[in-house]
Amino acid sequence: MNIAVCIKQVPDSDKVTIDRETNRLNRAGVPSVINPFDENALELGLQLKDKYGGKVTVITMGPPQAEEALRECVSVGADEVILVTDRKFAGSDTWATSYTLSLAVQKAGDFDVVLFGKQAIDGDTAQVGPGVAYFMDIPVITYVKEAEKTDTGFKVKRVTEEGYQLWEVDGKAAFTVVKEANTMRLPSLKGKMRAKSATIITWGADDLGAEDAKIGLKGSPTIVKKVFSPPIKTNRETIQNEDPKQSVKELLGKLKERKLI
Amino acid sequence: MSNKEIWIFAEQREGVISLATLELLSEGQILAAKSGYTLCAVLLSADDSKILQELYNYGAKKVYSAVGPKLSYYQNDYYSKVVADLIIEKKPEIVLYGATSVGRSLAPTIAVMVNAGLTADCTELDFDTEQMLLLQTRPAFGGNIMATILCPNHRPQMSTVRPNVFKKNKLGDKEKGESVSVKVDLSKVKDRMRLLEETKEEVDAVDLCEAEFIVSGGRGVGSPEKFIVLQDLAKELGAAVGASRATVDAGWIAHFHQVGQTGKTVCPKVYIACGISGAIQHLAGMQSSDFIIAINKDPQANIFDVADIGVVGDLHDIVPELTSQIKALKK
Ligand SMILES: Cc1cc2nc3c(=O)[nH]c(=O)nc-3n(C[C@H](O)[C@H](O)[C@H](O)COP(=O)(O)OP(=O)(O)OC[C@H]3O[C@@H](n4cnc5c(N)ncnc54)[C@H](O)[C@@H]3O)c2cc1C
Ligand SMILES: Nc1ncnc2c1ncn2[C@@H]1O[C@H](COP(=O)(O)O)[C@@H](O)[C@H]1O
Repeated sequence: MNIAVCIKQVPDSDKVTIDRETNRLNRAGVPSVINPFDENALELGLQLKDKYGGKVTVITMGPPQAEEALRECVSVGADEVILVTDRKFAGSDTWATSYTLSLAVQKAGDFDVVLFGKQAIDGDTAQVGPGVAYFMDIPVITYVKEAEKTDTGFKVKRVTEEGYQLWEVDGKAAFTVVKEANTMRLPSLKGKMRAKSATIITWGADDLGAEDAKIGLKGSPTIVKKVFSPPIKTNRETIQNEDPKQSVKELLGKLKERKLI
Repeated sequence: MSNKEIWIFAEQREGVISLATLELLSEGQILAAKSGYTLCAVLLSADDSKILQELYNYGAKKVYSAVGPKLSYYQNDYYSKVVADLIIEKKPEIVLYGATSVGRSLAPTIAVMVNAGLTADCTELDFDTEQMLLLQTRPAFGGNIMATILCPNHRPQMSTVRPNVFKKNKLGDKEKGESVSVKVDLSKVKDRMRLLEETKEEVDAVDLCEAEFIVSGGRGVGSPEKFIVLQDLAKELGAAVGASRATVDAGWIAHFHQVGQTGKTVCPKVYIACGISGAIQHLAGMQSSDFIIAINKDPQANIFDVADIGVVGDLHDIVPELTSQIKALKK
């Protein structure tokens, strides 16, 4: 089975803050990690390979330092890794990212399945997977927890608000993968060695034959007008007593006042 | 009034309109008043007879209704084709979808099909009457930051909108509206995926994402058995039970209950956090709740930073006491 996994390197969201004066992101010194959901996508890809044989190709679009994330993928078992990077891609929103990645995936090979994380934790948009699938003209199933091969394609379990759905797909497909699917395996010693020496294939806009009008800022319909810190609650009331009965009484009093109960 | 339109994607499952749709229509009423645009709904179903009136009652003046056997449930290829064709034909200014498992899958496909911008999971919408643009505000970086997004040069402007953020506003029982039947031609769409079966989990009497009250437990609960104390309170309040990841990882409760960045995003009227420290990843999933009560024995716990009322104390004392005082109150 020929498997592609799209991963994104993201700032560790725990550590990102905003400068309250300038409303800019404080990114300096923030460590980067593989987007947690993309670890689940990669693990699903590796499991499919373990079961059916084949090859796992990992593709990321990002700045040159995203190479680190790709090496981590090699350490757990990715066979080939591709970095899509170009100044021209700067400022891409999900539309432009979907377009660019779809070109890269198609250039990288003829895949039976293309896997994505459920969403990237920097933007939490969950839009790139379906976007790429449309550009590639393959069906997409979101929120996938389990996937297995069938004679004609795949059978997958999709998580919904209410429970699970079982879907059947013919031919090639794209899936976005949820956390519950699995936990990424740890790198082996051999894997770590391989990661150090692995070749990172690097492509820019020209290698992909990308149309200028569809990439980067120009290819992005949405713009960020402003960013700001969420308002902090300043009027918090604290209840603290020796006697829990008293605390609960006060609490209920305040809730009644506000007509919450 | 201009002949421009705001569309709400009317999500139905088994013929029942989702709560998120009704909330969106209600917010749509406000946007329509500000912009002068006409509020419309787009409905895809196998049978619209029981649904149309409800959409009018929540403010839709016009419902574009596509009816066909292939449209009984959400299938991405069929749904995206029907809605995208309609967008290209009618050119609405704004299209809004609930940020549900359906909306968040369908909208991104449509966005690339019609070359529109899409803002995910908005928690606030407004309309700038000077520039005549939709202002779409959403949390990013796990809620550390809010961002307001614009889509100046592409139409329609599209967003998915988080359920439970906007309040439902039913105008009446017999509101008038017009239904426009949409011709469905799916002959050119490949039949390449199908739903085989659906399993609904009876996890809870109340669904987390749609609950008005949530009682949520963290590591402070102490053991799986102790979750019963929270369940008792939940029962009394008609609430759903939530959990932090620490308790899910420990196997105390199913992942289905997890609230946070890697769990569910919830927005109840009241969120009661019991023995939860308030890690940023947890806050990401519950910060936009209307009213937050935190019960924690550590007065320094982060959860108090987002709380409206903080109760410092042992949850094993407070929670059962709360349950019994509420019981007494009801009598
Ligand atoms: C990528 C990533 C994603 C994550 N996603 C999520 C997510 O979706 N959801 C999530 O919740 N977490 C998530 N986490 C984990 C998160 O960082 C925290 O570890 C977790 O939320 C902590 O859970 P907790 O508050 O229950 O436990 P703790 O942090 O251990 O807090 C327990 C609290 O209980 C209090 N307490 C103890 N005993 C009592 C008592 N008897 N009475 C009252 N209070 C008491 C303590 O004072 C303490 O504040 C994620 C982490 C990462 C790295
Ligand atoms: N720059 C990128 N490079 C590679 N994959 C990406 C990129 N951005 C997003 N993805 C993939 O698309 C998924 C959804 O991302 P998003 O739409 O940004 O939430 C991620 O989990 C990744 O699998």
